[in-house]
Amino acid sequence: MEQNELAKTVRELENRLAKLEKNSSQLTMVLFSGDFDKVFAAFIIATGALAMGKKVSLFVTFWGLDAIKKPAFKTSGRQFLEKMVLWMRPKGPDKLGTSKMNFGGIGPRLFRFMMGQKNVESLPSLIGMAQEMGIKIIACQMSMDVMGVKKEDLLDGIEVGGVATFLSDSFSSNTTLFV
Amino acid sequence: MGKTILNFKGMSCPMPIIKLSIATRKGAPGDVFEAVCDDPAFEPDITAWCNETGNTLNGITKSGKDITATITRK
Repeated sequence: MEQNELAKTVRELENRLAKLEKNSSQLTMVLFSGDFDKVFAAFIIATGALAMGKKVSLFVTFWGLDAIKKPAFKTSGRQFLEKMVLWMRPKGPDKLGTSKMNFGGIGPRLFRFMMGQKNVESLPSLIGMAQEMGIKIIACQMSMDVMGVKKEDLLDGIEVGGVATFLSDSFSSNTTLFV
Repeated sequence: MGKTILNFKGMSCPMPIIKLSIATRKGAPGDVFEAVCDDPAFEPDITAWCNETGNTLNGITKSGKDITATITRK
């Protein structure tokens, strides 16, 4: 009788341990910012985690959407205000401004030049690599609706979801970061 | 079981561990990889990478700026 209970407890503990181990193999991130430097940091961490054999889920919301837009897309068929917002926001990772020292767009060019000199990978190439290594990118449906962004405007291979999608991934990860 | 030489010189974070992870994934268990890099962050990074992924870090040697790590794939 006692032995039976012991075996049951061991099995229970094994299951709990397996769940914990599964959790430690995933990283979940929120990309809220659309600033070049912050997006860059997010993708360095994401590609690093992928290289360490972890699953990575990136939930992209608000200004972060700028970073995963295609470099060019048509805004026809949208409301006037949506067109205005889309026109004023950068399209894609190559057009982002920096959070500090932007100087009306000169800052990012300077940083790109300096990063090129130091042989640092470019942001579009990091994003491409993250996608090749299997990053899961989820674009926030609500902020897409607000800003008039359509799924076709975003890079290929991006899913669309809501807060529950992000939370569900976060609850099964042991690390969640907000950028 | 071959030995693969990887040259990561001139690369900076996070490229060395990304390239290493791609290379080791293509290999088979027991394969030996020798990676050389001149980024100072390579030493702590490769140590952490091996710890986390379960691959064996056989040793690190340094000569000048070059850091050479030998890894046996899990």
